[in-house]
Amino acid sequence: MSRCLSDRSIDHVVLERGEIAHSWRTERWDSLRLLTPNWQSRLPGYGYSGDDPDGYRTVPEVIEFIVDYARAIAAPVHTHSTVVSVRRVEAGYLVRTDQGDWGCCALVIASGACNIADAPGCTDRVPRSIATLTAQQYRNPDQLAGGGVLVVGASASGTQIAHEIHRSGRPVTLAVGEHIRAPRMYRGKDLQWWMDAAGVLDERYDAVDDVGRARRVPSLQLAGTPDRSTLDLNALTDIGVTLVGRLAGITEDGKAQFAGSLRNMCALSDLKMGRLLDLIDAWVRDNGLDGSVAPPHRLPPTRVEASPPLGINLTGDIRTIIWATGYRPDYSWLDVPVLDRKGLIRHDGGVTDSPGLYLMGMQFLRRRKSALIDGAGADARDLSAHLDSYLAGEPCHVGAGAAR
Amino acid sequence: MADAVNNGVNVDALIAARDALTKAPEAAKFKWRAACEWKNGTHSHSTVEGFFGLGEEQRRKRTFKFDADHPEVFASEDVGATPVEYVLVGLASCLTAGIAAVAQHRKIQLRSVTATIEGDMDIQGILGIDSDVRNGFSGIKVKYKIDADAKREDIEALVAQSQKRSAVYDIVTNPTNVTVEVT
Repeated sequence: MSRCLSDRSIDHVVLERGEIAHSWRTERWDSLRLLTPNWQSRLPGYGYSGDDPDGYRTVPEVIEFIVDYARAIAAPVHTHSTVVSVRRVEAGYLVRTDQGDWGCCALVIASGACNIADAPGCTDRVPRSIATLTAQQYRNPDQLAGGGVLVVGASASGTQIAHEIHRSGRPVTLAVGEHIRAPRMYRGKDLQWWMDAAGVLDERYDAVDDVGRARRVPSLQLAGTPDRSTLDLNALTDIGVTLVGRLAGITEDGKAQFAGSLRNMCALSDLKMGRLLDLIDAWVRDNGLDGSVAPPHRLPPTRVEASPPLGINLTGDIRTIIWATGYRPDYSWLDVPVLDRKGLIRHDGGVTDSPGLYLMGMQFLRRRKSALIDGAGADARDLSAHLDSYLAGEPCHVGAGAAR
Repeated sequence: MADAVNNGVNVDALIAARDALTKAPEAAKFKWRAACEWKNGTHSHSTVEGFFGLGEEQRRKRTFKFDADHPEVFASEDVGATPVEYVLVGLASCLTAGIAAVAQHRKIQLRSVTATIEGDMDIQGILGIDSDVRNGFSGIKVKYKIDADAKREDIEALVAQSQKRSAVYDIVTNPTNVTVEVT
């Protein structure tokens, strides 16, 4: 967005609570790699020029990438400026930070969708003898006591964390709710390559049937590993992880209860993956590429044992619980009435109903790729154009920085 | 071209209701009720009539009646299905209704849908013979036969989506707090 605002000669600042790429520096586990290949992190006027376009960046490499981009575009970043509150004032917005106040005509909220790790309601029933960590707090298996680990949640975070903890010698039970299975490689190429080429990632928010539903879909169960292997539930079963249903509750005497819906959760996911691969196959056929790429294939169905456990005694078998149950944004500082009853910002493709207030970087904001690094550019171009015409039509007396 | 898919489900009305309840979530709070009276032995007679929803008491045109009992091998009169069979009926009919609604929404014409449902139970639990055996079902199997204008994967997706949205499926696969009082 900063780059697009500069292109339009719109005076602006970028406020950052810590150092550039703060959440990547402070809220990621050690072994995490980006879920999208290097070539796919394309930002306005910037792309990958190294010798491993198909690799997946490590966390230090992601930090370096973002810092380098900020430098390349000379983004006017004010680091260590934590926004304390934002409210509407006559001609724009008053932004209070711990480093002083800013007045601005327009404001773009780009603080992300993953500020607070969500955990189920039963966390207060967890026996005291058990340590709990969110995926945001987890760093590596050495943090954990020896013994069993219950990982709750089987999307990208949960499956990766379950894999690495189980391989550290701590037997893992993985509670599986809704998730979306996806092969890392398909017909000789990265799944992201196909989704990009076939236009799936460019699908617009105003062209899908039910955007509310599309925005709630869990992210793909992908991992970025050097060997480009698929980390699905079958891969976890193969190394000895025990799959159970969604965590339904914890009883007063410390027994974790799991839903009896594991088989259907896996069936839904397998079917959804099948539809995505069908779509890719159709695109290959329509573009006459059948001879030049590998033939279609399907992964075997997710294996579910005949009677998965419906409960375990936490005090007996489990020393640690990891909550990998998703994230939500933190708008505790936002004093503008744009939140819906679930605490999320109401918006139309990033344009809120408060004039001059915009949102970026959320799931399916304007396109299916909106929450990816690769999606930021197109959304920023659209929203900066809207912002530019808003400024042109609106007399505003508080230029960025003027009221500081 | 098969233009008018008709499974007898008014999907437009359901979607309109969904939109209305999204805007007025209080009206989405329902209370379902039944009344039960002991007759003799294990025989009881239950009735279902009113319920609460859309912000007010709702009346039906008629009262539905159910007799429950146990079979003769339990030394009972067998004048009605056993309560656990009502649970199976509830699950099968909920999933089947869901299949019809999802099929209508996805523009899939159904020709026939039949299900058989079977619950495994070790009655050492209810008889108090072995406290390690649970009272309820150890597992439930539902088998669908569906004839419809759709590919096998699409039919499987109907059945999967129906489970995802089914109230009774949720009730039997997840714990529920139950409060029983004597007044």
